[in-house]
Amino acid sequence: MTKKQKKLFVRILIAAVLFVALKFIPDGGTVLYVLRTGLSFLAFVTVGYDVLRKAALGLFGTNIFSENLLMSVATFGAIVLEAVGGGSDYSEAIAVMLLYQIGELFQSIAVGKSRKSITALMDIRPDAANLLKDGEVETVSPDGVPIGSLILIRPGEKIPLDGSVVSGSSTVNTSALTGESVPRTVREGDGVISGCINLTGTLTVKTEREFAESTVSKILDLVENASSRKSRSEDFTAKFAKYYTPAVVFSALALALLPPAVSALLGGEAAFGVWIYRALTFLVISCPCALVISVPLTFFAGLGGAGREGILIKGSNYLETLSRVKTAVFDKTGTLTEGVFEVAEILPDGISEEELLFCAAHAEVDSTHPIAASIARAYGKPTDRALVREVKELAGHGVIAEIDGKTVAIGNAKLMKTLGLSPAVPAKVGTVAHVAIDGAYRGCLVISDKVKPTAKAALSDLHALGVGKTVILTGDAKQTAEAVAAQVGADEVKSELLPDGKVEAVETLLSEMKKGEKLAFVGDGINDAPVLSRADVGVAMGALGSDAAIEAADVVLMDDDPKKMARAVKISRKCLAIVYENIVFAIAVKLACLLLGALGYADMWAAIFADVGVMVLAVLNAIRALRVKEENRIVKS
Amino acid sequence: MKKIYSIEVDCANCARLMEETANKVEGVAMATVNFIAQKMTVEFADGADEKKTMKAVFKACRKVEPDCEIEF
Repeated sequence: MTKKQKKLFVRILIAAVLFVALKFIPDGGTVLYVLRTGLSFLAFVTVGYDVLRKAALGLFGTNIFSENLLMSVATFGAIVLEAVGGGSDYSEAIAVMLLYQIGELFQSIAVGKSRKSITALMDIRPDAANLLKDGEVETVSPDGVPIGSLILIRPGEKIPLDGSVVSGSSTVNTSALTGESVPRTVREGDGVISGCINLTGTLTVKTEREFAESTVSKILDLVENASSRKSRSEDFTAKFAKYYTPAVVFSALALALLPPAVSALLGGEAAFGVWIYRALTFLVISCPCALVISVPLTFFAGLGGAGREGILIKGSNYLETLSRVKTAVFDKTGTLTEGVFEVAEILPDGISEEELLFCAAHAEVDSTHPIAASIARAYGKPTDRALVREVKELAGHGVIAEIDGKTVAIGNAKLMKTLGLSPAVPAKVGTVAHVAIDGAYRGCLVISDKVKPTAKAALSDLHALGVGKTVILTGDAKQTAEAVAAQVGADEVKSELLPDGKVEAVETLLSEMKKGEKLAFVGDGINDAPVLSRADVGVAMGALGSDAAIEAADVVLMDDDPKKMARAVKISRKCLAIVYENIVFAIAVKLACLLLGALGYADMWAAIFADVGVMVLAVLNAIRALRVKEENRIVKS
Repeated sequence: MKKIYSIEVDCANCARLMEETANKVEGVAMATVNFIAQKMTVEFADGADEKKTMKAVFKACRKVEPDCEIEF
């Protein structure tokens, strides 16, 4: 408990003791009457003075209709009714104030606890860096460390700044950033990212970014600013609370005055006492705290729960949009596929496989194209540049070079045709590099991008979650794109698109959708910033360390597993379901109690129980958003 | 200029009121209150004095929520 909470707890205890003591004071006699009134006054003020004070201050400030006012008017009214009635039993007013404060205390503790459990998930802020200076270790705050400094990271410590390993090797736990529980091995030359935890060995790291620019700062900034983008449900709650309290106060006033007045006009008994009491009960029930607390708390828990799995959502509005995604559009390369090209098939024609690879690798020796890199990898041996002469690049066709005295042409089918050759058509889909040696066709290499192992599961999970349409957009050839689409089970594929073609394609898809349905675009954040911003919700994938993606996207998936997209949708669904549950539950119970109170079926005791009870249940329900069940999830220790 | 301040506020509704109030203070371009994180993010208008503005923000917030605290 905090200091404030302890103080309130002590006040509640004192008032409770006084309250019980009052019950033992017998009736009769002026002395006893004064004693009882005095003790009641003491108990009431002890437990409720801050409520009364805030209500009074509110009257002079801009926030007149606060719950403090509601409570003050209700309890004060009960006291006046009792005094006017000639009694001296003020236990009802004291009990109401007491219960209200117990509720407040409980709520404060519950909210504090959940705040802590949520922020603990986000506790990736490194406290210190061990700066290496002339062989001495100095512990400093990470935000003062300049770029290029050497820092020491011991096992168990958080990596304070982005950098690369100069010496040492270790495993690092990236789960706080990616949700991935399998530790990553790092050795000399590897980059490390701030916010991860060093597990096994001591590392010396040369820093490459200042603290303010480091991954951990970027992520913390994102998390802390998440609440600035409010969802419609939160706006609704805020507006609701704004109009609700004044409305209740005036209804209570009407309830106190109108029925007795009407009754008096009709010649009956006015019964002001009864109706004022009902109006006061009405006020007690009406506190809107269950709603105003639980809705933002649910969103925060949802954002926190997603964050723990490496899904960073930039605001509760995006959480809301995600939950209504009906069309999921994926970029192909790097998102559904690894984005790394590999020679998938070698089809020599009249020469050996090795010879074919040798010629291809040497002809492409100067090329930086990813295709060339994949051929070099497939060749697997170092190339001998001395053998290569007269390399001629033919843009859009390929390369012709003289290798070891032979003229080697490597390129697409067009190149073969210009050489008067008829290239083979391989069965396997991918980019084909044909090779001709000394004017004779010698076979081809099929190079393809590998589909990510989880891509298929990701799309079927999305379908299972009710995402009606999955679409692949790509700049690649139709044949390749369709093969990938069939492999992962996508509903639609649009191929051979230029970057602005992707925006157009998304716009077409948007125009085909019904109102209220949302479109998500998932890309790797490279070259697709315009599409990310055009979609209702832009999701960037594999963003660990990529600033551009973090900037452009609304949702950032920290690692490059497309299944995380389905998780994000699932988490958002659950979160929104809880929000609606709480809104409906809180309003329904309140309305029912208000009705019962107005008709005289609920007294102030019932009212306060309804108020505190609903609040507690709503808060407990909100906390559920922190955890979304997943089958086959690796349990973290 | 954008700064984040630690705040102390007990209820979500009060946090909302503080946000509303802070936004009306002169020198504040935009203010957001994160109740759960107990943080207030203030973006100052060009040329606004941070200390002076925050004093005004604090004073205004105290009017709507007498118990609130802002560390600045």
